Amino acid sequence: MTIEELEQIAKSVSQENEKYDFQLNVCMDLACASQGAEKLREALVKAAEACGKNVLIRRTGCMGPCSSGPLVRVDPDDVLYHHANMSHAGAIVESLGGAPVPELQCDLNDHFEKQVRVVLENAGYIDPEKIDDYIARDGYKALLTALTEMTPNGVIHRVTESGLRGRGGGGYPTGLKWGTVAKAGGDVKYVVCNGDEGDPGAFMDRSVMEGDPHRVVEGMALAAYAVGASKGFIYVRAEYPVAVARLTTALREARRRGLLGNNICNTPFNFDVEIRLGAGAFVCGEETALLASIEGKRGTPKPRPPYPAVSGLWGKPTLINNVETYANIAPIIRNGGKWFANMGSERSKGTKVFALTGKITHTGLVEVPMGIKLREIIENIGGGVPNGHTFKAVQTGGPSGGCIPAEMLDLGVSYDALMKVGSIMGSGGMIVMDDTSCMVNVARFFVEFCMTESCGKCIPCRAGTAQMHTLLTRICSGSGTMEELDLLVQLCATIKETSLCGLGMTAPNPVLSTLKYFKNEYIEHIVHKRCPAGVCTMKAPVPNTPVEVLA
Amino acid sequence: MPAFTPPPLPSDDKRWKIVNGTMRKNGFARHALIETLHTVQSSFGYLDDDSIRFVAQSLRVPLSQAYGVVTFYHYFSLKPPGKHTLTICAGTACYIKGADKLIAAAEQKLGIPQGQTTNDGKISLMMARCVGACSRAPVALSDGEVVGEMSGEQMLEQLERWAVE
Repeated sequence: MTIEELEQIAKSVSQENEKYDFQLNVCMDLACASQGAEKLREALVKAAEACGKNVLIRRTGCMGPCSSGPLVRVDPDDVLYHHANMSHAGAIVESLGGAPVPELQCDLNDHFEKQVRVVLENAGYIDPEKIDDYIARDGYKALLTALTEMTPNGVIHRVTESGLRGRGGGGYPTGLKWGTVAKAGGDVKYVVCNGDEGDPGAFMDRSVMEGDPHRVVEGMALAAYAVGASKGFIYVRAEYPVAVARLTTALREARRRGLLGNNICNTPFNFDVEIRLGAGAFVCGEETALLASIEGKRGTPKPRPPYPAVSGLWGKPTLINNVETYANIAPIIRNGGKWFANMGSERSKGTKVFALTGKITHTGLVEVPMGIKLREIIENIGGGVPNGHTFKAVQTGGPSGGCIPAEMLDLGVSYDALMKVGSIMGSGGMIVMDDTSCMVNVARFFVEFCMTESCGKCIPCRAGTAQMHTLLTRICSGSGTMEELDLLVQLCATIKETSLCGLGMTAPNPVLSTLKYFKNEYIEHIVHKRCPAGVCTMKAPVPNTPVEVLA
Repeated sequence: MPAFTPPPLPSDDKRWKIVNGTMRKNGFARHALIETLHTVQSSFGYLDDDSIRFVAQSLRVPLSQAYGVVTFYHYFSLKPPGKHTLTICAGTACYIKGADKLIAAAEQKLGIPQGQTTNDGKISLMMARCVGACSRAPVALSDGEVVGEMSGEQMLEQLERWAVE
């Protein structure tokens, strides 16, 4: 495969598309699929055949506003239909070339206006199972350009220049990490993609892997070229069967086109990727645990250093990045580091994809420039809290993050700003809570999650999260005391400072952040035996006998 | 040292050939343990002592290590699933929208705690840590099919249908 051949494919795809008068893009992501998108697509195909119009019907990845699904976008008219079902197929096809169907037309200008699409630029425009669709939208151009015109150092330089930071949540500068792996000695190096999206309430990585799998593969190949690796692994949760299937197809197609394998683009560069399935362990999102799992072992973390960049998979230098980080690489190489660095805030560049869920009108995937105010995301893009309720808090960063109260909504979203208020960027889950959510109960939910997901290797996390859970359960059932609240705070500090890996170190965050901003709710539970949100039942007192923690 | 010969297949059940195929594809390497266990579970529905022993011997992994891996990961099950499975997602978005109430109602209806199967082997009640359909919370998987915005009545109706089948 050469650049000329790539351009030839892109040209033939656009010629093929021009044969059709209209294109109907049907979103087939999980949310739309669970509302009958497949039946809608079949009905559209039938309707198009019946009326004899020249229509291309394409299945695409997530278009964003999942709560309005199933979604259909009509090109070239650029009309978006929401809540479409199979009974509307006739009307949709009928309207092509004339006025759009009024009752299905979706007015989400506010929702889309403030978004900037880099990672999701292809979502809704390509069929994720067709490599040619991806190539037609400049796919693999960055890889072939890099292989033929750039040195590995040049690639690293461009990524460094972009200011891209790790999108898994930690925010480590990507260029710096690549540079470390590139400098590490040894012939054998590995590139790993972390697709173990364990944060409950987040699905950005799933949508990217399902909607635009080649973007991840291309990002990994560029990384491999930059650091000198020839083998890659994508670690995906087994709970995401569609993502696994799409990635498998993508890898097969890329090999067939000669974009993976030996001597890619007639250069000495060899690279191939294998998929590894996770098996339901949140701790495997931690890099050393993930590597253990790829090696077929229990996913328990190891102390760092040595960092995986020096000694990772099978003791070899290993580069680990998140799905979204890799998804940003191809556009950076294509458009330059400066282009990317122009977006976002001073120390957080580019855009970030968030999964906006919970008590909010427009749930779904949004991509916004860094530095945007939380208020804009929640009120303009998300459409605010529905059913006349009032906004109470937004939770970011999942079980490692915290809750941000209403008075901080004017905060600009960046790694440092979120850290400062006691939360973290995390992988991009953003869960909105209203006045019917009890913050103590939410803290208890996250602690229970960390307790069951603790791998058990270090004691502060294994025993500490269990004791935290007991204390919070007592508070939620009206049996807690103020002394126990002090004990809880002390315990949080101990777990935070002494745990081995990120899971334990961040497990107290949900408790600490809710205590910081919603202490009155804790006091209501303890002193007045009352749950202000009406969630906790305050029955069945829990004895304060210490729990014994085994395993 | 004599060359390693993998143990014979436990029976002439064709599914063992699929399991063996996964191991062969990975050159019987030790790191293929999790991959192989996934194949066993997808072929047989669960992992029993015989299958774990067979996989451990074939990959030359100590039995203790294989068992350790099986019990470490939530995805692997040591018990056969019921005829139907209701999986309720308990991710954050689903929890905020009342998944805990769904779980409690299902437990009460079936008379079993989550993670168990009814005595007649008809229905398994499971809990998932986020299936990634958060925008349609609360979500349940009814025999693997995603149902968004699941209501209590809708869920109990489904359980009733399965129970009388």
